[in-house]
Amino acid sequence: MYVRNMIFIIFFEYTGTYFWGINQYVNKMKRLSVLGTLAFFSLLLLACGGKEEKPKDGFSIDRQKTTEQKTESTADNTIKASERIDLENKGVGVITSLDLPAEIDQAMAANGKELYDQLCLACHRIGKKFIGPAPNDILERRTPEWVMNMILDPERMVKEDPLAKDLLIEFNGSPMANQGLTEEEARAVLEYFRTL
Amino acid sequence: MKKVHYIISGFLGLILMVTSCNTGGDKSNGALASSAAEKVYVAPGEHDEFYAFISGGFSGQLSVYGLPSGRLFKVIPVFSQDAEKAWGYNEETKPMLNTSYGFIPWDDSHHPDISQTNGEVDGRYIFINGNNTPRIAKIDLSVFETTEIIEIPNSAGNHSSAFVTENTEYVVAGTRFSVPIPQRDISIKEYKGNFKGTLSFISVDPEDGGMDLSFQVLMPGFDYDLAHPGRGASHGWMFFSSYNSEEASTLMEVNASQNDKDFIAAINWKKAEEYIASGQFETMPANYAHNVYSDETHTATSTMKKEVRVLDASKLDGLAYLLPTPKSPHGCDVDPTGEYIVGNGKLSADLTVHSFTKMLEAIENENYEGEAYGIPILNFEDVLAGTVNQAGLGPLHTEFDDKGNGYTTFFISSEVVKWKVGTWEVLDRAPCYYSVGHLMIPGGNSRKPYGKYVVAMNKITKDRYLPTGPEVTQSAQLYDISGDKMELLLDFPTIGEPHYAAGIAADIVKERSRKIFDLRENKHEYATTSDANVKVERNGKEVHVYMTMIRSHFNPDNIEGIKVGDKVYFHVTNLEQDYDVPHGISMIGANTSELLIMPGQTETFVWEPKQVGVWPFYCTDFCSALHQEMQGYVRVSPANSPLDLTWSLGED
Repeated sequence: MYVRNMIFIIFFEYTGTYFWGINQYVNKMKRLSVLGTLAFFSLLLLACGGKEEKPKDGFSIDRQKTTEQKTESTADNTIKASERIDLENKGVGVITSLDLPAEIDQAMAANGKELYDQLCLACHRIGKKFIGPAPNDILERRTPEWVMNMILDPERMVKEDPLAKDLLIEFNGSPMANQGLTEEEARAVLEYFRTL
Repeated sequence: MKKVHYIISGFLGLILMVTSCNTGGDKSNGALASSAAEKVYVAPGEHDEFYAFISGGFSGQLSVYGLPSGRLFKVIPVFSQDAEKAWGYNEETKPMLNTSYGFIPWDDSHHPDISQTNGEVDGRYIFINGNNTPRIAKIDLSVFETTEIIEIPNSAGNHSSAFVTENTEYVVAGTRFSVPIPQRDISIKEYKGNFKGTLSFISVDPEDGGMDLSFQVLMPGFDYDLAHPGRGASHGWMFFSSYNSEEASTLMEVNASQNDKDFIAAINWKKAEEYIASGQFETMPANYAHNVYSDETHTATSTMKKEVRVLDASKLDGLAYLLPTPKSPHGCDVDPTGEYIVGNGKLSADLTVHSFTKMLEAIENENYEGEAYGIPILNFEDVLAGTVNQAGLGPLHTEFDDKGNGYTTFFISSEVVKWKVGTWEVLDRAPCYYSVGHLMIPGGNSRKPYGKYVVAMNKITKDRYLPTGPEVTQSAQLYDISGDKMELLLDFPTIGEPHYAAGIAADIVKERSRKIFDLRENKHEYATTSDANVKVERNGKEVHVYMTMIRSHFNPDNIEGIKVGDKVYFHVTNLEQDYDVPHGISMIGANTSELLIMPGQTETFVWEPKQVGVWPFYCTDFCSALHQEMQGYVRVSPANSPLDLTWSLGED
């Protein structure tokens, strides 16, 4: 680095000029008083509810799993959110009305399965509760609009839709991922759900 | 002291209010102390107006800042390993650091330059040089990652690099240290005539940005220091400053400073293209690495190239001319019109400005004062447009605003000096703290500079920040240049030595910035793009884990049947398709960094278990309320265990 060498050769020779530069300078800058903000994140840790393995030498606690959840929902809290039937609620989002033809579009459903396997299967297994609920018979419990809105904008749904909010709590606070599906793709996934 | 300051400020404010009826709007006097703070304040949630890409010097990185706030957004590993991003640690990016000397995880990165279209910065790519083991890297500004690195043969100290021509036809790379070409076992005392310099022209594919070393121009054994492209009328030419025209090889600080004038070398690369087309090049054997990263396979490949086309400037007419330039010029800068070529003679007090028009006339008239190894030397007086006299001490680098002014750093007198292009008069000067090297005006090396700010990059920090032991932070300073007088607004720390920088309006870049990688377009050899395809495979002692991750679990999260002595490859695919949801993973005892995997991406790390037991892995990047639950176990059995591989998620 020649500049580093130059520091040694020339720096002292021009020290006068150098400090002249400093003295010339009058620092008029005053710090703008900016209020620092502190953000507190509080994580709600849910009780782990006694799902211990039971090796012979282990321990277990005879604890009753609480089913009562404090939520802001106006729905009937004695039934689990996943088991509640609500065929009126269209959810919150871009889909406000959706008419399903009587006939299932098999080509669309096949495409929907492909999308589902790639983008949804990690959390939703067929016929079995996993990270999230199983999609079987979903249209017997939810409106098609609600399902579409949940796929397309889960962040907004869990904030604004009471049922979606309850589902988040029921499934351990595990957030549904927005997998970036287009409306058309979400529709195909819905068609696949109809075949289950 | 501070109170006094407030009182004075308040008093000044009052005066200003009283006298406000005759304000002409000269805001650049900086009389109100708070105005500097307001000018750099970007409110929470709002965006900066410019990106500044500041080289990381001997950290081998490139850092990304916002202007005017001076906030640091990202440090991009280029010629370096970065444990935070797994760059140079994961299996996918290791080939990026391959060279003809093997894996080299470090370099000295100096000069970033943004790609251009029609002489304006276009925000597609940024190029930067590796100085020590000559390399040129390309960073794709849609992903802010290094996606291509090409090694430069026949070069040493790749310093007059990486500068682009006005349509990014080429990125050029000139050698600072001349060396025997081809390399051979000769005495250093035989420098003169045997050592040569090369100026490399790397073509850039207009469609996919792919780099290819198109040709090298063989030059006399000077030190080629910096370069800039012609633009407008001078498009088709490239200008390189040089020093050590003495061709010294020892005690350089004395012996390379003997000549009153060294040279700016003007290379006619359009002429070079004609010579290439007509076959008048020599094909030299070579050995250099070309490393390319693909955003489809999320994997880099390294290819060794075996030859290079060389044009000998001593033998080919019209290819190169030498413009005498006083005192070991450093910066070699071309104004936005393309007419003026500024030589910043670093041991001088003056700036020398050459005229492109006069240069062409002198060439036309064949008015030469001599030749060096067959290359014509033009008359200094014939090409001189003007001199900025006694502007300061030690001029290094000049950039330009959009109002016809030049801004030059003076290292020895530690200041930025503003001067008028054409009249060469000094208009203003501002001190730098301390010992400024280069400076940057966004778009300042293009036809269209944004003349609002200049960033000065300093070589010495001393007392400007809280001390951090003997090594203090490197530093840059931001000046407002929108008024007649430059006004210092901000000091901000930088990563590594900030040699040089490039800036661009944020709007051009941010619209193109990618949010995720599409899972459906993932072509990684070991990608697992559906949970249905999760598996673990054994091939002798090699085990491949095809793993997925999504908020907030791994699949599989329980693996058994791994044995001591195995080499376990974790190929992990992030199934998320949402913005800003990367996941990390690391395994206890893995002799490498974590992985940090973007949505839709696959990365791989290797783990060689050494002890029997059950060993955990976990997600290293906070991802959701259940991030702490994102973990798994691998059971490691003795080498001779008959246990078969099994894997699972959520099965008891």
